[in-house]
Amino acid sequence: MAATTPDVRTGGRSILERSPSARRADPMFRVLLVGLAGLILALIAFFFVYLITKAQPALSHQGVFSFLFTNDWNPSKAIYGAWPLVVGTLITAAIALVIGVPVAVATALFITELAPRRVRGPLTVLVELLAAVPSVVYGLWGIFVLIPKLKPAEQWFSDTFSFLPFIGGNVAGPNYFIAGLILAIMILPIVSAISREVISTVPPDLKEASLALGATRWEMIRMAVLPYARSGITGAAMLGLGRAIGETIAVTLVIGNSPTIGKQLFDQGYTLAAVIANEFGEAANDKIHAGALFAAGLVLFLLTLVINALARGLVRRAEKKGQTVTVVPGTGAA
Amino acid sequence: MSAATTALAPLSGRRRAADKVMRAVLAIGTLVALVPLVLVIYYLLKKGLGAWSWGFFTTDPTGNFLGDQGGVKSALLGTIEMVLLASLIAIPIGWGVGLYLVEFGRTGRFAAAVRYFVDVMTGVPSIVFGLFIYVTLVLSGWGGSSFAGWKGSVALALLMLPVVTRSAEVVLLLVPDGLREAALALGTPRWRVTMKVVLPTALPGLVTGSLLAVARAAGETAPLLFTATIVNGTTFNLGDRMNSLPVQIYTDVGSPNDQLVQRAWGAALALVTLILLTTLAARLISRRSRLS
Repeated sequence: MAATTPDVRTGGRSILERSPSARRADPMFRVLLVGLAGLILALIAFFFVYLITKAQPALSHQGVFSFLFTNDWNPSKAIYGAWPLVVGTLITAAIALVIGVPVAVATALFITELAPRRVRGPLTVLVELLAAVPSVVYGLWGIFVLIPKLKPAEQWFSDTFSFLPFIGGNVAGPNYFIAGLILAIMILPIVSAISREVISTVPPDLKEASLALGATRWEMIRMAVLPYARSGITGAAMLGLGRAIGETIAVTLVIGNSPTIGKQLFDQGYTLAAVIANEFGEAANDKIHAGALFAAGLVLFLLTLVINALARGLVRRAEKKGQTVTVVPGTGAA
Repeated sequence: MSAATTALAPLSGRRRAADKVMRAVLAIGTLVALVPLVLVIYYLLKKGLGAWSWGFFTTDPTGNFLGDQGGVKSALLGTIEMVLLASLIAIPIGWGVGLYLVEFGRTGRFAAAVRYFVDVMTGVPSIVFGLFIYVTLVLSGWGGSSFAGWKGSVALALLMLPVVTRSAEVVLLLVPDGLREAALALGTPRWRVTMKVVLPTALPGLVTGSLLAVARAAGETAPLLFTATIVNGTTFNLGDRMNSLPVQIYTDVGSPNDQLVQRAWGAALALVTLILLTTLAARLISRRSRLS
C-alpha cells in the first residue's frame, strides 16, 4: 500500500508509535473510570457508617433487641419499640406477595407462552406502564377510590368469614389489606418483567421436546417451563418483596398510621417506612426520636440489602443457566 | 428404546380440559393485572382534568387557610429543575461506571463487587436515600442551608445512579467487539475507541436507559420529603427549599380541604403525563438504535 513510504521515522519516533503524552491518556482514562466505580462502593459504605452513628443515640437508649421486639412505639414517652412497625411491614409485604406474585407470573407466562405474537409487545408495554405511575399517585387513588369503594366488600368478607383466623370485626377505612393490595399492584410490573426474562431463557429444546411427546401447552408450561424457571421466579418474587418492604408514600397514605399491631386483616397499622415519612418533622429537634427513625431506616436498608442480594443471586444464576444451555451446539438458530 | 412408554398417554378429555382451564386462568390473570392500570388512568382523567386550567399551571400555591388555593406552578418547575440537576449528576457517573464495567471490568473481583452493589442499590428503598442525604447534608446544614433543592437533586441522583449504570452496562455490552477490535487494530488508543466508537454506537440505548431513570426520579416523593421539602413560591435558586409535584400531591392529599384534594388530582395527572411523555421519548429513541 502507499502508506508504507520509505520515510517511516519522523523526529526519531516511528509514526506508528504514540507520543509520550498520548500514551499517558489511556491509563488516565482507566483510572478515571475505576475511580467513578469505586465512588459507588465508597458512597454505600459511607452512608451505612454515617447512618449507624446517627442511629446510635436511640439504639443505646432503647437497646437494639428491645428496639426491634418491643411492642410499644410511643415517642412522647421516649419509648421506641418498633415491633408493631416491623410486623406491619411484614404483613403488608406478605399480602402483596400473595396477591401480586401469582398474577405477575400468570402475566409473564401468558405473554411469553400463550399470547399471539402480535399482542406480546403491547401487553408488555401495558404491564410496564403500571411501574410508571408514581407511588404518591397510587396513594391518592387508594385513599379516594379504593378505600371507599372496597369498604362494603371488605365488611361483607369480614362478617361472612369471621370464623377464619385474623378475619372478623369492624373494617377500618385504611388497613393492612388495602396497603397490601396497593403494594401488590406496585410490585407486579417488576416481578412480571423479571419472570418474563427468566422464562424466556428456558431452552426451546425442552419446550419442543415436551410438545413432541404429546404434552398440551399447559403441560409444557408445568413440566418444562416452570421447573426450569423456578429459581429465577423465586428471585423475581424476592425482588418484589424488597420493593414492598421499602415502599413508603403509598403505604403511608393508606395504612392508617396507628402504631399498634392490628388484630385482623382489616385493621389499621403502621410500617417502618411510613413512620420515617410521618415523624421526621417532629423528630428534628429530638436526638433520640430522630435516632429511632434512623434506626428504622437502617433496618429497612439492611433488610432490603440482604433480600436483594439473595434475589439477584437467584436471578443471575437462572439466567446464566439458560445461556449456557442455549449455546450448546445443536440448539439450532437460537 | 422404551421411548413409547415414557411418552405421554394419548390426550384424554381430562388433560384437554386442564389445558383449557389453565390457559383461561393465565389469560384472566393478565387481564386482572391490567385492571388497576385502567382504573388509575380513568380516575386520573375524570378527577384531574377538571382541575386543569390556565391558572392551574401559572400560579403558585397560595398557602391560604381558606379561599383560593392557587395552582402548581412552583411544584412543576421545581420538579423539572431538581430532576435536571439530578440527571446532570447521575448520568455522567452512571455512564462512566457502565463504561468501566464493560470496557475494563468484564472480569476481576473489584468489577464484580461494583456490579453486585449497583444491583443491590437498585433495590434500596427511596426513603433510605432520602435519609442518607438528610443525615449527611441537611442536618449538618451543608452549604449554609438545611433543606435545599440541590440536596433533593442529590437524593434523586443516588436513586437514578444504579438504574442508569445497569442500563448503560446492558447497552454497552451489545456493542460488537468487532467494532472495538477494528478501531484498536488501526492503532487508536483505548480512550478514543471508547469515546469515538463505543459511545456513539451505544448512544440511543444509553439515552433511553437514562430517560427511564429520569422518569422514575420524577415521580419520587420520599427522597424529596426531607431534603427539598415544600414551599409555596417558585424559585430558581437550588440552594433554597424547593417545591415538587410529588411532595405537593402528598401534602394536599393529607388535607381536609376539598380544593386541595382537587388540586392533588390535577397535579397527579400532570405528573403522570410528564412521566409518560418521558417514557415515550425513551421508547422512540430506542427505536433508532441499531443494536438489538
